[in-house]
Amino acid sequence: MPFKRYVEIGRVALVNYGKEYGRLVVIVDVIDQNRALVDAPDMIRGQINFKRLSLTDIKIDIPRVPKKKTLIEAMETADVKNKWEKSSWGRKLIVQKRRAALNDFDRYKVMVAKIKRGRAIREKLAKLKRENPA
Amino acid sequence: MELNLKKQRARVNYHINSSLKELVLRALFTSAAWGALRSMVKFRFHQYQVVGRGLPTDAEPHPKIYRMKLWATNDVRAKSKFWYFLRKLKKVKKSNGQVLAINEIFERKPTKIKNYGIWLRYQSRTGYHNMYKEYRDITLNGAVEQMYDEMASRHRVRYHGIQIIKTATIPSKLCKRESTKQFHDSKIKFPLVFKKVRPPTRKLKTTFKASRPNLFA
Repeated sequence: MPFKRYVEIGRVALVNYGKEYGRLVVIVDVIDQNRALVDAPDMIRGQINFKRLSLTDIKIDIPRVPKKKTLIEAMETADVKNKWEKSSWGRKLIVQKRRAALNDFDRYKVMVAKIKRGRAIREKLAKLKRENPA
Repeated sequence: MELNLKKQRARVNYHINSSLKELVLRALFTSAAWGALRSMVKFRFHQYQVVGRGLPTDAEPHPKIYRMKLWATNDVRAKSKFWYFLRKLKKVKKSNGQVLAINEIFERKPTKIKNYGIWLRYQSRTGYHNMYKEYRDITLNGAVEQMYDEMASRHRVRYHGIQIIKTATIPSKLCKRESTKQFHDSKIKFPLVFKKVRPPTRKLKTTFKASRPNLFA
C-alpha cells in the first residue's frame, strides 16, 4: 500500500511523546533524517525527533520556515483547528480529555445516562421483537 | 551573550521605572532566541571563549594576549584545555600565565537550520589523522555533540582523542557530503516508513501486549 502521509513542509503533526505531548505542530523544515523543525502558533520554533511525531492528514501551504505571522495566517486559511476537531482522530482525543477530567459526580451522571440509554434501547428492541416474531 | 544579557538586566534595574522595566524584561525573556535557548535540550559540550596571557614580568611588562574558542563540558575543563593548547603553541604554562576572561558562547540563531563543517584531528590506533565532517543542525553545540558521537561510533575515538581544529557554517552550495546535500531541497518530502508506536510515557510501558503493533505510518 502506498504512503499517504508524508513528512513535508506544511504537514501538521501531533506530538505523541515528551513534554509537548498532545500538541498540534506544523513541520516547518527538515533538519536531517531524524529531526524536523516544528512550529505552532503558541510555541517557540524548535527541533523535534520524528519518533515523537504522529503525522496527520492535514497539510497547509507555507514556504520553508515561514515567519510566525505567515504561519498563523496559513493555519487560519487552511482552518486547521476546525478540521482537526471535526476529524475522527481529533474528536476521539477531545472525548478522551473530557473523560479524564470528570469528577465523581460527573461519573455518576454518566452511569445514570448509560443506564437510561440502555433501557430505552432494550425496550424498543423488545417491542420490535413482539411485533415481528420471526 | 550571557554576559551581555546580565549587564542589560542590571542596567534595567537601576535606570528605568518599574513598569517599563517589566516590559523590557518580558521582551527579553520572550524573544525567540532567548526562549529557544532556555527551552533547548542540555548540551553535553559547551562552547567557551577563553582569553589568557603569560604573567607580566620585568622583561616583558605587556605580554601578548591570546584568545581561544573551544568546547568543553564545563568552564573548569575549558580553562584546562586552553592551557593545554596554548602550551603547544607558545612558551607559556598555567603556572606562569593567567586567564583573563572565560565566557560561554551561545547560539545566535537557534531556530535556523545550518550546515556545519567541522575540521578535526584525531588519534586512531595507528596514528594521527585529519578529518572534515559535515552536520546539519540548528546549533553549533549540537553539531559538535553529533560529531563526538559519530567519531565514537564510526572510528572508536573517544573525547580525549579528538581536537577540533576549526568549525564553520557552510552555505548549502559548498557542502561536500551527500548525506547533508540530500536535505537541501525546498520541496523535501518523504514518508515515515517504520512507525513504532510508543506509550506516551515510560510508566505506561508493558512487557507483553495483547496484539501485534501496526507499524504503518
